Amino acid sequence: MTDIGMKPHALSIENLSLEFPTYDGAVKALDGVTIQVGNAEIVGLVGESGCGKSVTTMAATRLLPEGRYKITQGTIRLFGRDPTVMSDEDLQQVRGKLVSTIFQEPMNALNPTIRIGKQLVGVIRRHEAISRAAAETVAANILSDMLIPEPSRIMQAYPFELSGGMRQRVLIAMAFSCNPGLIIADEPTTALDVTVQAAILRLIQGRARRTGTSVVFISHNIAVVSQICDRLYIMYAGRIVESGPTRAVLDSPQHPYTRALLRCLPERVQPKAQLESIPGTVPNLLDPPAGCFYRPRCLEADERCHAKPQSTTLTGGQVVACWQRSKSQTHVSNEA
Amino acid sequence: MTIARIIVPRFILLFFVVFGVAIITFTISHLIPGDPARMIAGDRASAETLENVRRDLGLDRPVTDQFVIYVRDLVHGDLGTSLRTRRPVATDIATFLPATLELGFISLVLAVLIGVPLGVFSAIYKDGPIDQIARTISVCGISMPVFWFGMVVILLFYAKLQILPGSGRLAMEFASPQRVTGFFLIDTLLEGRFDAFLSAVRHLILPTFVLAFANLGVITRQIRASMLDVLQEDYIRTARASGLKRRAIIFNHALRNALIPSITLLGLAMGDLLYGAVLTETIFAWPGMGTYVVTSIQTLDFPAIMGFTVVASIGYVLINLLIDLAYMLADPQIREVG
Repeated sequence: MTDIGMKPHALSIENLSLEFPTYDGAVKALDGVTIQVGNAEIVGLVGESGCGKSVTTMAATRLLPEGRYKITQGTIRLFGRDPTVMSDEDLQQVRGKLVSTIFQEPMNALNPTIRIGKQLVGVIRRHEAISRAAAETVAANILSDMLIPEPSRIMQAYPFELSGGMRQRVLIAMAFSCNPGLIIADEPTTALDVTVQAAILRLIQGRARRTGTSVVFISHNIAVVSQICDRLYIMYAGRIVESGPTRAVLDSPQHPYTRALLRCLPERVQPKAQLESIPGTVPNLLDPPAGCFYRPRCLEADERCHAKPQSTTLTGGQVVACWQRSKSQTHVSNEA
Repeated sequence: MTIARIIVPRFILLFFVVFGVAIITFTISHLIPGDPARMIAGDRASAETLENVRRDLGLDRPVTDQFVIYVRDLVHGDLGTSLRTRRPVATDIATFLPATLELGFISLVLAVLIGVPLGVFSAIYKDGPIDQIARTISVCGISMPVFWFGMVVILLFYAKLQILPGSGRLAMEFASPQRVTGFFLIDTLLEGRFDAFLSAVRHLILPTFVLAFANLGVITRQIRASMLDVLQEDYIRTARASGLKRRAIIFNHALRNALIPSITLLGLAMGDLLYGAVLTETIFAWPGMGTYVVTSIQTLDFPAIMGFTVVASIGYVLINLLIDLAYMLADPQIREVG
């Protein structure tokens, strides 16, 4: 890693555009996405299914199917290094050691024919030159750190003997096992019971805070991420529509889409009142509409919205890409 | 504990299977026209001689009595006497079975050793040149009938190129080894006759290859398909995201899971070997069960046919038992939960 005085960001994505070529044409999955994740920062990435949250982070760890996608512009830096030009060998060293990922589906994310302990030890010994016994101790410690009772017994178990919540704890333990600088948590609580969700969130947050690990937390549920994140990025149809400190975004959402998302939360609605939903559907990314992608569903859209909105930085660090917000702003940053 | 839970029911089942097979073969042997006494005594035997033969064989007793006697002998391992060889069928089978087992076992090992890696690499390099070659090989293996492919290799390697023998288990100049296991590869070595061993190897090459080829195609396709499935699984993505080496992911994480659905297929392949052996042995004049039963059928040698059928059905049940045990080994969910 190059050390030029200042420590590089854990993850820095600049103006990234990415598409998947298909027989029907290119699906423009990401369009000018810019995300910065500082060291020891917990950042939320929020949006509907298919808006490009996972694609963004999987592009950064190069877990997308090789040869099936094309980065058309922009840069990615993981701790100052460019994953798109890494050799397979380097990439394998980086994954698990510098950056690890927790996925959504804990039921299938562990190998069904290998004991839990062996899977953990396999990952630890891949990245640390320690004996099997030492790796087992590390594994047991981190399992108990994840509030797993009787770690030594769990390590002897097969995944099918554990509940979904337990499996997700094991996967979080695995992600943290080599003390990575960055963890990508891709909807880690979505498949779990609501009662387990909060506990899992606190585990990730607690361990990350203690060890100074950066986290990118992906979710479609703005209420979930707002509980643990320092900053939020709101994504819509492959673009970042709004970002900023969590409090600022929640208290004064600027983009109509963010406001609509917040109105959809049951927590914020009076009992027995009609729950809101956003009319319309997400645009077809094979043939997206001109200008603002949210325009067809937006209640505030006007003529200007037929052109692509510029990102505007507000005082307080909020950034919003919407024509309705840009009129009174002092600083207009140019995109691309 | 769980092992007993698997083995015990199989042996109870074995009893019923053998009993059922005995009823069926016995019935068929009595339904098919032809008089065994006449066949034994010969065409020109007198009525009195025929009567004597009938009494000796118990053929004058009621059918139910005959069945009881047959089953009683069966329980004692007496499969009757072959009408053709005039030796106990059990002895005949003991003579010919090892040749078939040797042929079948080596073919199976060959098919697995080639088929599994071929399927794995075919899946990893899907749509690449390796995949195309592997798929061509497996389609050929599956679609070329054994009797035709057997003829072709005999024509090529024996008749034309003259580099491999085309029939039998040993070259003429070698005496058969003293029977210890019945496997020539082992028995010749036990006697320290290395030249005879080499001859046995050379005789095995063509028939095992022909017999293995069909199974190889099936195994390659199955492994390829299940590897492609497994490589899509979330846990493979977890392994990749954890930075595990590609080789470790493929062989430790993917292949093990891909083998589980292939176990059934291996069991079927073992069963196929018995039937494939009938054709292969006939073509290569291989003195095994296949040749024995074909000759027995041609001469209406019912005790021999019935004996073979009973032994084959026991073989099928045992193969199924092996499959269940293999599942236990491969899949912890079956092992721990049962």
